Amino acid sequence: MERVPIQLTVNGQSYQVEVEPRMLLVHFIRDVLNLTGTHIGCDTTSCGACTVLWNGRPVKSCTVFAVQADGGELLTVEGLERDGQLHPVQEGFWEEHGLQCGFCTPGMMMTAVALLQENPDPSEEEIRKAISGNLCRCTGYVNIVKAIQYAAHTMRETVPAAAGIAEGE
Amino acid sequence: MTTTPIRGLGHPVKRKEDPRFIRGKGTYVDDIKLPGMLYLDIVRSPYAHARIKRIDPSKALAMPGVVDVITGAELEKAGLAWMPTLMSDRQMVLPTERVVYYAQEVAAVVATDRYTAADAVLAVEVEYEPLTPVLDPFKALEPGAPLVRPDREQKTNHIWHWEAGDKEKTDRIFQEAEVVVSQDLYIPRIHVCSIETCGCVVNYDRATDKLTIWMTSQAPHAHRTVFSLVSGIPEHKIRIISPDIGGGFGGKVPVYPGYVIATYAALKLGKPIKWIEDRSENLQADSFARDYHIHAELAATRDGKIRAMRVHTVADHGAFDAAANPSKFPAGLFSVCTGSYDMEAAHVAVDGVYTNKPPGGVAYRCSFRVTEAVHTIERMVDVLADELGMDPAEIRFKNFIRPEQFPYKSPTGWEYDSGNYPATLQKALDAIGYQELRREQAERRARGELMGIGISTFTEIVGAGPSHTFDILGIKMFDSAEIRVHPTGSAIVRIGVQTQGQGHETTFAQIVAEELGLPVENILVEHGDTDTAPYGLGTYASRSTPVAGAATAVAARKIREKARLIAAHLLEVSPDDLEWHDYAFRVKGSPDRFKTMQEIAFAAYTNFPQGLEGGLEAVCYYDPPNMTFPFGAYVCVVDIDRGTGLVKVREFLAVDDCGTIINPMIVEGQIHGGLTMGMAPALLEEIVYDDNGTILTGTFMDYLLPTAVETPHWKTDKTVTPSPHHPLGAKGVGESPTIGAPPAIVNAVVDALSHLGVRHIDIPITPAKLYQLLAEKGVAE
Amino acid sequence: MIPAPFSYRRAASIEEAIALLQQYGGDAKILSGGQSLIPMMKFRLAEPAVIVDINGVPGLDTIEEHNGLLAIGGLVRETTLERSPLIRQQYPIIADTAEVIADPLVRNLATVGGNLAHGDPANDHPATMLALRAEVVARGPSGERVIPIDEFFVDTFTTALAPDEILTEIRVPAPPPHCGGAYMKFERKVGDYAVAAAAAFLALDEAGKIARAGIGLTNVYHKPLRAEAAERALLGQAPSDELFRAAAELAAQAADPTSDLRGPAEYKRAVARTMTLRALQKALSRARAA
Repeated sequence: MERVPIQLTVNGQSYQVEVEPRMLLVHFIRDVLNLTGTHIGCDTTSCGACTVLWNGRPVKSCTVFAVQADGGELLTVEGLERDGQLHPVQEGFWEEHGLQCGFCTPGMMMTAVALLQENPDPSEEEIRKAISGNLCRCTGYVNIVKAIQYAAHTMRETVPAAAGIAEGE
Repeated sequence: MTTTPIRGLGHPVKRKEDPRFIRGKGTYVDDIKLPGMLYLDIVRSPYAHARIKRIDPSKALAMPGVVDVITGAELEKAGLAWMPTLMSDRQMVLPTERVVYYAQEVAAVVATDRYTAADAVLAVEVEYEPLTPVLDPFKALEPGAPLVRPDREQKTNHIWHWEAGDKEKTDRIFQEAEVVVSQDLYIPRIHVCSIETCGCVVNYDRATDKLTIWMTSQAPHAHRTVFSLVSGIPEHKIRIISPDIGGGFGGKVPVYPGYVIATYAALKLGKPIKWIEDRSENLQADSFARDYHIHAELAATRDGKIRAMRVHTVADHGAFDAAANPSKFPAGLFSVCTGSYDMEAAHVAVDGVYTNKPPGGVAYRCSFRVTEAVHTIERMVDVLADELGMDPAEIRFKNFIRPEQFPYKSPTGWEYDSGNYPATLQKALDAIGYQELRREQAERRARGELMGIGISTFTEIVGAGPSHTFDILGIKMFDSAEIRVHPTGSAIVRIGVQTQGQGHETTFAQIVAEELGLPVENILVEHGDTDTAPYGLGTYASRSTPVAGAATAVAARKIREKARLIAAHLLEVSPDDLEWHDYAFRVKGSPDRFKTMQEIAFAAYTNFPQGLEGGLEAVCYYDPPNMTFPFGAYVCVVDIDRGTGLVKVREFLAVDDCGTIINPMIVEGQIHGGLTMGMAPALLEEIVYDDNGTILTGTFMDYLLPTAVETPHWKTDKTVTPSPHHPLGAKGVGESPTIGAPPAIVNAVVDALSHLGVRHIDIPITPAKLYQLLAEKGVAE
Repeated sequence: MIPAPFSYRRAASIEEAIALLQQYGGDAKILSGGQSLIPMMKFRLAEPAVIVDINGVPGLDTIEEHNGLLAIGGLVRETTLERSPLIRQQYPIIADTAEVIADPLVRNLATVGGNLAHGDPANDHPATMLALRAEVVARGPSGERVIPIDEFFVDTFTTALAPDEILTEIRVPAPPPHCGGAYMKFERKVGDYAVAAAAAFLALDEAGKIARAGIGLTNVYHKPLRAEAAERALLGQAPSDELFRAAAELAAQAADPTSDLRGPAEYKRAVARTMTLRALQKALSRARAA
């Protein structure tokens, strides 16, 4: 079986591994790196439970091969907290009851982190559009919108602390 | 007094489960990895009905990394080819002769990793002889229809007939009634689609002879009992752990063949086995919901007083009756279909039918078949209003069970505990500006625009249930709580129900905080592990707060009674001289002489009176005296795009009454989610098969879960009418909005078109379906 | 859902990618955004023996205007396109199109080249590029050739690209004065393919009459469809509601959709008419504002 060496940075940590070309990035993250916060909810690039930031952009890691990430940087939900300090998006989801079963939450939060990097003060409509690639079956989205607004507000108040995190550093 | 706030009932306490979820540190079944673990994957049928002529696993077995291929023939030898369903039917684990629905499990492969297992599934050769499937339940009942279940003694596709109410009286009223309306309603097959699919990890430890199963289960105790009965393994040798569950909604109540095959494989191979279904398998083969063909009639006076209701339903159960209803209720609680309205009589009959479709009849975030019941009555009231030219609000006010009639005995035998329907509807109408909306609608109509206002004033029935009436496979539907207070005044609570996102770890802690006067952060809630949690029937049908919540309150009160004795000892007074007030036992008449629970807890281990046992703990198995009956009034405003048929929900207000509220933040979150799962089948979701019984909606590309863009910004409000029989007055809320929302939406769409002679539209109201109707009525653009 | 095994080749240059395609013939597939290819591979509807990853090929991800043409590199991501100030200001029809493709996460990877080269009549860019009279630049072993968009779409999942050719660029004529375009898509939910969608492009002359008209339709024919009769009906006319309705009707008549879960053929035809009308109206208001 063909195996391809890859080198990449995940949550600031560097990895060098060999993978089968067909290995999906989500399986690499979950099964090889044991970062199980990134979830799998569908087969069709529909649900977004597997969303991670790849070179700063949120992507569905079930629709990327691990080999493609060679040389790149990934940020998963496990990388959001820094020095014991929750990311404002994590705080927002907790404060505003933006999660119930928690299964879509990591992917949803990664999308939110990227949105707020691009747009520090999104309207409700902009938030709803931005998270429309992430399905949630529990919350009805109302509190997810509030959670992202909460995070946006916090980040605007404390810009230097939060800046740069979506880059995976 | 304690300085840390208690934050018991009524506080929007931030969830105790969230710190792990927001860090990606939840533990879902697929996150569990054991040394030497093998992966199981399933070969599924490409036919809805076929004879299996041959299964050849040799090519799969020859693949590197493939450990085993398991077939029905092998399971039959072990006595495991069939398993019981929760409805006392039986279901194939793996077939020995024939398959009876598309995507049915045919064989299982076990391999060293999930990629090899997936390859091996394709290498198993199966030769089928296709048979004619029967997909329509009405055709299935015709003489000469293909037999779905030749294994049964009765050579018919009819499963059961069930009735409730007074047929004779109902028929008499219909004969003499001034007005009769009737309507056919189809409530199609849908699927819960929790974002986490189903699966398990099974580990058999030869050294301890113990079988441990991590399972996506809403009811781990009931599943342990079923596993023990099926396998013959003593129950104490089986441990089922329901870890973090990524949404349930009813879909994780049944036992699926995959669990059984994985368990068999773990026992056979002596290695841990993981089985996680993919989304296609989940959608195509796991238990469906609804699929009710309903014929409903109302008899009324000319001035709009409903006198009687008559309903006949054909229930399509697929190839096995694998619903998850209480044993005595094959059609669930469908007989609550007289809803919020006082009438003289009702009669309900349901016939269950087999077809070549996946098994089920589980809930989709609703108490047993209550969505079907509520959809029927809420639609029929609007049909009657249309017939009589009455306003939908006016006809509801005229027919509501009045507040002074509670407890109210319904014509089908239910005793509604409490309610104040007119107040709730009035609150909703005032808040949304009903009269103003009606004026706007008239103006828009004059301009040729289509706008509708829909009302739904539903009554739920939850909290199953009293032991004299409710059981599943004979196990009574009580639920349980066990509380242990530690010497320093913190506590652990173990409960028999299992959260799938509802926030039990927080709300149950709040109940104990309120009852014992301990700060909520000092209370740990555990559940889902059958080795440690007390026996309970699990979380579904909005039963956690009504049943296990009551058990928790009662167990806490038992602790309080013992605490009174210790407090009396400490304060050197008689127990009768103490009263529980402001979270402490206080001497009557001298309220500053008191002992807090924290002080009492310490004394329970260090300084308890002679003759009293040490420690401070209690258990309660709560047998509810009655069901609870949450209710609500929903108003929905829609605009219809005449060029596409799209329904736009412009505004939706939900006024819910679920009795006493434990955590208002969580209750509101449950309502938002429930409304979304009500809107989805009203406008988007439906399981569709082609003429061969092949599913056409087997992925998220075609089974349409709403995103944040399709979902409206829900508005909520409340009234509070406590349940008189629940220790806290709480009623349960998780499912009310799922049952209340669909008729509000449909009523709004029909209302938008009522001036064109439209009286009913079946769900889902897709743009294509609606556009066709607009074209027929000459208003399509 | 796991893809079948394959060999992975990362091309560092377009020449290397073409050489790999030549080497492996029909067994190789180009991987650009992968947002259609990888799902097909997971369902084993596609089982290429070799994947040629062109994401590392430099120079294919630029958006530039030169010589009266807009040149969009084949590897430009939909998100880049929808956020580009140049596209938003000068070519809003392309921004309209990009921002309704799939969902925002898919758009972070999906490429405009892939959207066209897949030859899927359900994809969104084809209709817009038909309306804009774009050209497709293809590179193969014998060099570069320019394919007019009208010749590019051959059939469902079939384009004029040879097996060893790669779509490197899309060229769109720079906007004439007083022009406007719009793309209107009707989908059942975000992430769905269009029930029907229409791209409309209009340029007005000094007298305010229609000097140029382009109409493309999505998902209503076995390939992306240019509604030529509708375009002809508009030319030389003064814009009016009746004129647009007549053109939308002609566009709908050109459609030949198939019935499926999105609705019966008749319905899709009706939606095509509605979308064409609305796209024309929006295109006109943009043209007048320009």
